[in-house]
Amino acid sequence: MGDFLAELIDISKSFPGVKALDHVNFDLKAGEVHALVGENGSGKSTLMKILSGVYTKDEGKIIVNGQEVEFQNPRQAQDKGICIIHQELNLCRHLSIAENIYLGREPNRSFLVNQKKQIEDARKILKRLDVDLDPTTRVSELTVSKQQMVEIGKAISTNAKIIIMDEPTSALTIKEIDELFKIIHVLKQEGHGIIYISHRLDELASVADRVTVIRDGQHIITMDYKDTTQENIIRYMVGRELKEKFPRIKTHIGETIFEVKNLTAGKAVKNVSFQVREGEILGIAGLMGAGRTETVRAIFGADKKESGKLFLHGEEIHIHKPVDAIEAGVFCVPEDRKRDGLCISMPVYQNATLPNMEKVTVNGIVNTKKEIAIAEEMIEELTIKTPTVSQTVKNLSGGNQQKVVVGKWLVKPAHVILFDEPTRGIDVGAKVDIYNLMNDLKEKGIGVAFVSSELPEILGMADRIVVMCEGRVTAELDASEASQEVIMQYATQYM
Amino acid sequence: MNPAAAKPTIHTRKKMSRQTRQIVSTAGALLILAIVFTIANPNFISSMNILNILKQATPIIIIAIGQTFVLITSGIDLSIGSVIACSGIVAAICMRAGLPVWLSMTGGLLFGAGVGALNGVLIVYGKLPAFIATMGTMTTIRGLALFLTQGIPIGSLPKTFTQIGTQRNWLLNVPNQVWIMFILALIFGFILAKTKVGRYTYAMGSNYEATRLSGVNVNRTLIIVYTISAFLAAWAGMIMTANVISAAPTAGDGYELDAVASSVIGGASTLGGEGIVPGTVLGALVIATLRNGLNLSGASPFIQKMIIGIVIIGAVFIDRFRRTD
Ligand SMILES: Nc1ncnc2c1ncn2[C@@H]1O[C@H](COP(=O)(O)OP(=O)(O)OP(=O)(O)O)[C@@H](O)[C@H]1O
Ligand SMILES: [Mg+2]
Repeated sequence: MGDFLAELIDISKSFPGVKALDHVNFDLKAGEVHALVGENGSGKSTLMKILSGVYTKDEGKIIVNGQEVEFQNPRQAQDKGICIIHQELNLCRHLSIAENIYLGREPNRSFLVNQKKQIEDARKILKRLDVDLDPTTRVSELTVSKQQMVEIGKAISTNAKIIIMDEPTSALTIKEIDELFKIIHVLKQEGHGIIYISHRLDELASVADRVTVIRDGQHIITMDYKDTTQENIIRYMVGRELKEKFPRIKTHIGETIFEVKNLTAGKAVKNVSFQVREGEILGIAGLMGAGRTETVRAIFGADKKESGKLFLHGEEIHIHKPVDAIEAGVFCVPEDRKRDGLCISMPVYQNATLPNMEKVTVNGIVNTKKEIAIAEEMIEELTIKTPTVSQTVKNLSGGNQQKVVVGKWLVKPAHVILFDEPTRGIDVGAKVDIYNLMNDLKEKGIGVAFVSSELPEILGMADRIVVMCEGRVTAELDASEASQEVIMQYATQYM
Repeated sequence: MNPAAAKPTIHTRKKMSRQTRQIVSTAGALLILAIVFTIANPNFISSMNILNILKQATPIIIIAIGQTFVLITSGIDLSIGSVIACSGIVAAICMRAGLPVWLSMTGGLLFGAGVGALNGVLIVYGKLPAFIATMGTMTTIRGLALFLTQGIPIGSLPKTFTQIGTQRNWLLNVPNQVWIMFILALIFGFILAKTKVGRYTYAMGSNYEATRLSGVNVNRTLIIVYTISAFLAAWAGMIMTANVISAAPTAGDGYELDAVASSVIGGASTLGGEGIVPGTVLGALVIATLRNGLNLSGASPFIQKMIIGIVIIGAVFIDRFRRTD
């Protein structure tokens, strides 16, 4: 028993209306990666927040290095060598990378911050992560994936013995994931213990030594990774057999619904053209930073376009701002839910109806009953886990927040829906729900395009694939001719 | 299994309780103040004095409601003090020029709304921070007020106009201005709580970008919000002008901060996303009661200022503490 870095014994935690954790056990040894998996809202993040001092437990014991501890705040956990990379990014957007990495732990020279040392140290950390960034860059200028790398840098810079990673890869590029795994191996060798949460179960093969599954706040099983299979893990997670990971359906391919011609926008989108046809799902593949999000945002009118034309059912449409797009029936589910998707301090139902106010207002007066009805339908359809529709979105688990972002666009009739990383942070079962939902849209004759960094998802669901690299379209492939290798080749064409 | 999570229910209990809690706690503070001041000086609770407090609070309540809208969007409106003065002056000039009272008042109110729309345009299209834009109009409009009057208050206003101020009403014997305040509070309370504009106001304060990407016309909504704020300030200007029977270029100086304080005591957050009209009304009453009560108990005006400052900090502090709990 002595070799446990940390033990969580019989931990329980309730929030109003939710029993998030119900006598859960979890432990971590030195030099291992212990994966923690479970459906959205099963309590993974809550358990880790308890270990890292963000929440206090209602019941149970925490033992760190053989000593029982009571954490009242994150600082106390940090002092015990526990460090967490949160699921939601927590960086100060106006500060530089270096300032963020050393926030609260600035190297001192008397009481002035030693800028030089801070920048130098940050540079070393970035180098270690093989991230090519200047530590004096402001965080607000970074993409989500780079921000995530900064979070990881921040964590490893603390030299914590216990490192908790809550979905570290959900926003990373393939290359960055590789770097992260290398670092995890080094950290393991150095005797650190790592708790690893992810919904990308295939990643576990590369990192996990042990796996613990929790479901509805209860500990289901802990096993050695080598003694189990992905199917097995999924069965423990969802409590049933999952038939198909990618429920692709074949429909008749019809006319072009939506066409983008020679779109150029900002620095990231160069002369992009593609079509979305009736009865197909278009996948937009590429590495992070390929300009896919920027393309989608420019189409939607979130950012300015320099040039290019858009056609809906053969007729040119002009989109200057999101309102124009929405009026034309072109919707966009954004990539970064916290920044672009949700009013986090408002209740679920108000988020659901924000783009749909015309449905719930008469002469500008809001009918809350109707709003709640719409929200309940959404909760039902997407199996969103929340005690009530008036729960503040902030209090939902990450995956359930993502479902709200998707759900709020399904209320009004659309011609085209552009999804940007729609399954980010969503559990295996719920992913299938989202895929089925895209299938429904496709069957209804609505144009569906989705950006995804997960190649299996692109290969599994897209009927046609557009590959982008450095702001340009480098290939357009039929699903039958696509494979990981082919896509990767085009995705790195200009690199 | 967790039954609550499995079956979502429709109760809006949580949200109701949070807003009700805000109202109850601010009302509670008001009650405690009333008791303390009554013990200190029984005259405090006389109907005469209560009317006095209401009258003193009226302009602040009106502008604080507007400020609440602005604060919810995470903005601030510093120009309302100047708008109070200048809209009163515009109305007074019209009246002195022989225009009918109703038309003159409309002129003053439209002037106010115009300044608000200008604030909105400067913020939305000029991309100025709200603090800077409204500070600019604050100074400009104050200057305009001084210029129009050459620094001398405009008096001899018609009786039909001054009646909207202090004259008691047949209804409950309450001055007209209190009724005006009450009606404005109802209307704008309704707008904030129950209409699309109100919802968008909260949404913008909660996450501006997500609101914009949800297809909300954020530009228009922001302009409306600043217009509401200045429009209400113009109403306060009418009432204050009627109260003193003259339009002074220095009227309303510093009132913008009282408006912020009232909103914040009533639960609004300067970070945006939070605030309700009933809370703000009560918040303004807390400040008016403090002033009045301290006066009655003979506290020096200097001490009064200190106490009010401490109360503002205390109220917000307690609120934060309660919320993180
Ligand atoms: N601060 C909070 N207030 C109220 N309820 C909360 C709060 N935090 C979490 N919950 C609830 O507790 C449950 C567990 O949430 P948690 O975030 O731990 O899930 P998770 O396993 O991390 O899910 P995901 O995979 O979606 O991130 C959920 O039902 C969630 O709604
Ligand atoms: Mg989580």
